[in-house]
Parts: sequence; C-alpha cells; structure tokens
Amino acid sequence: MRDAAGALGVLDLQGGVQEHLDHLRRIGVSARAVKRAAELEGLAGLIVPGGESTCLSRLLRLFELDRAIRHACDGGLKLWGTCAGAILLAAENLGEAPALGLIDIAVSRNAFGSQMDSFSREILAPAVAQEPIPVTFIRAPKIVRAGAGVRVLLELDGYIAAAEDDRILVTVFHPELTPNLAFHRYFARKCGLEPGGADQSLDPGWTPQSWMRFSHRA
Amino acid sequence: MAENRYLLNAQLAQMLKGGVIMDVVNVEQAQIAQEAGAVAVMALERVPADIRKQGGVARMSDPGLIKAIKESVTIPVMAKARIGHFVEAQILQALKIDYIDESEVLTPADEECHIDKSRFDIPFVCGARNLGEAARRIAEGAAMIRTKGEAGTGDVVEAVRHMRTMNREIRQLAGMPTEEAVGFAKANGIPYELALEIKKLGRLPVVNFAAGGIATPADAALMMQLGCDGVFVGSGIFKSSDPVRRASAIVKAAAFYNDPEKLLEVSMDLGDPMSGLSVASMAAEERLAGRGW
Repeated sequence: MRDAAGALGVLDLQGGVQEHLDHLRRIGVSARAVKRAAELEGLAGLIVPGGESTCLSRLLRLFELDRAIRHACDGGLKLWGTCAGAILLAAENLGEAPALGLIDIAVSRNAFGSQMDSFSREILAPAVAQEPIPVTFIRAPKIVRAGAGVRVLLELDGYIAAAEDDRILVTVFHPELTPNLAFHRYFARKCGLEPGGADQSLDPGWTPQSWMRFSHRA
Repeated sequence: MAENRYLLNAQLAQMLKGGVIMDVVNVEQAQIAQEAGAVAVMALERVPADIRKQGGVARMSDPGLIKAIKESVTIPVMAKARIGHFVEAQILQALKIDYIDESEVLTPADEECHIDKSRFDIPFVCGARNLGEAARRIAEGAAMIRTKGEAGTGDVVEAVRHMRTMNREIRQLAGMPTEEAVGFAKANGIPYELALEIKKLGRLPVVNFAAGGIATPADAALMMQLGCDGVFVGSGIFKSSDPVRRASAIVKAAAFYNDPEKLLEVSMDLGDPMSGLSVASMAAEERLAGRGW
C-alpha cells in the first residue's frame, strides 16, 4: 500500500463501482470504495461511476456527500465522472437541476434512446492514447455544450463524448466496461499519481466478469 | 443475438447494481419511483398482490400503458412477458423498452419451454429458485437473474430461501474437484460449461437481484447482505400506506445495507407496510414460484 494521499476513491452508492476498482487495481494504483464523507480524507482523486443519475443524486444529497465532495474539490481533489457520473458533475443538466455542478458543460440525459440503442465502438483520443481504444455507451448522455475553460478530448458525430478542465474529467462512455486502461492511466496522472505496470492501452487479462472479484458476498 | 449485444445487455444490469427496481402501474407511480431514486421501473397493469387477489389469466400489460410510462421517465423501463410467450416478447422488443422480465407472476404460456432469449436483441431478466434454474435461464440467453421469491405476499421468506439455496450450491460447486462437477452439473441440470464458469467465479456470471416479498428497508438490506446485487420491490411500495417515504427509504437501505445505524434512521416513521400474506399459510397451487422449471 502507498500512503493515503496516493489513493483514488470510487463513489460507492450505486452502479459500476467494482468495475472501476478492478481497472484501478490493474494499473497498480491503490483504490478504495467511498460511501461516507469522512472516507474522502486524503484521496488524490475520486471516480463518480455510471449508474442511474437520478438515484445517485438523491443519495448524494441525503448524507451531505454532495457538500463534502464540493468542499474536497475546492481543496484539490480531482474528479472523474463516467456516464451518470458525468451528468452529476455537469453545471447544466437539461431537464433537471444540476447535482454537483462542478464543470462548465451541459449534458442531455439518455440521449441515444433505449437499451437497444446502446453500443460499443473504437475511438481515437490522441491526448489519452495513441492507438484506437474501445469504449462502451450504455443509455449514454451527450455533452451538448462545453464552456470556455473546458478542453474537449473527444468529439463524435455532433456531440462531445469526453472533456476536462484542470480539476475534472468527464466521459459519457464506460472505459471500465472494456479492456481499455488508457483513461484510468490518464486520470491517475491527472491526480499526480504514476500508474504502474506495462504502459499498454489494453489489458489482455481483462474479461467481462473481472469486476466480480470485488462484488460483495454473503 | 450478437455476442456484443449480449455483453451490452449484461452491462446495463451491472449499472443497476446496488439499486432498487420498482413495480409501477401508471405514470404517476413511475414518477414517484424515479423521484425516490429507483434505478428502473417495472411497468405493469396490476402489481402481483392484485394479480393474486383477482385471479384469472395474467398476461403482458397493454403496450399503450407501458409506452406512456416509458415516455414519462428517463430511467430504464422493464415489462413482463409470460413464461414461454415469445410473441409477447417480440411486441415488447418492438416497443423498445429496456429489459423484459420473463415472469412467473404472469400465467405461463408454455409449460415445457421458456423463451429462446438468444434470438432477441433486447435483454431479459428471469427468476430462479436455485442454481440450476438460474444457469438454465442464462444458457437460454438471460442477461440478468433474480430470485423468484413469492411475489405479492410481502413475505420475504421465499426470496431468502432461494438466495440461500443458490449461495449453498455455488459454495458446494466451488469447493469440489473438477471431476465431481460433472455429476453435480448433471444432478442440478446445469449446462457443464456454465458450471465450470460458476465454479471459477464463485458466483453467477451475471448480475443477480432479489425479488419476491420484499416490503421493508430491512428486507432489502437483508437480501443485499445475503449477496444480492440489488433488489426488485413489487407490491411492497405502492401497497403500503406511504409509498413516497417507503420508496425513498428502501433506496437508501439498498445503498447502506451494511450500516445498521443508517438502516435504523431510514426505517423510522414509514407508516404501515403492505399487510401481506404468510407464505406458510398458502396452498401449494397458490404459489407462483413453482411456475417454470
């Protein structure tokens, strides 16, 4: 284990928590699930995972985790939202009040249609990886506007799919549902950590069931 | 169904983990469920408690009702088809909902065959009472499993039985040498390749929710502590005296299932739960979980 300041957290209220923990383990970064405000202490970065954004926003409000996350962000905590996580971090959420409102983007929820419109594809994001990487969109949102201080990392057919500012990374897709580790390495470096292991984008040891090693048991 | 489509469907279930899926019978209830933090709604004409009371043949709900509910929320919408009724499933796929529940709560349309789910692009969740039943549904193409429990009773005893049975059988399989797994797979009706995969993983290879009889925050947390990935609540919310508070409390209980102090906090002052029906007092033919195999 490294010291606590070298750790990343994954917000553990609902959704794709174990998938991110598995990816962080694969890049050799120490990581833990975060359910309570006190557990933010000493983290270099926090991943807000995919799940259902309405559910997550209710649970965030409930135990004042939203205030604690905003406060930690002011204190230097870096954040990465995937899919629903990106919705929660957005300053503008079309059709609903923003949840954390920490990055100047506007998002449109569930912008592709039903589950039958979910898809996976390869993308090129030169700032993140040189080679093409697979990403998965599950009932994904679209980023429809990025403010002046926001850098666009990936633009696809008329919408923004990944963006960042100095504190926050947002992706509307799920790198944690693929063997692609490039975005997790990118976020670790953004948090000031040096990921370990071979610097390959794809982990050949990953399977769709890899997350299950972190699933809770009776 | 393409392999990639199956993976995407199993992955949508992964995004529901830790969440609560609620039965709703109209647009108003769907919006209450979403506002309370449900991760999905099950759209149907009658909740299981009413199906049980009213009797008769229970079929797929009117697609017009399902469509109205789908248009009123942004969370995923599920709907039920009868066991073996592949045309109801075709209609629900054409409606482009997010998940089909091939459900024993409706009157089975086929006593021999379940739906060949591998022929569909839309994902299916299926009920199971034990490991063999879960594995057979996965082999047919289910991307998510739930315990059957005993729907519409408010009595959690059957969901507990089904979850404990699956856990016990998985532990047995995981602990035995491979040569014994052949006989175990045969005795339990588990396709052999799947038995080996379950043995290696030490759990089902897809997301597994609890369903059937969950009526309180404590019931939801109980099922989570027994190892479920999330819970379905059918009649338990909208048959209680204060659905808004109860729905929200069960969502919180699923998230903080391991924290007795938070469970205490969310369990207070919820009004009356659904009155319920003790499974032990029911005749065998009144039980829904025996439907399907």
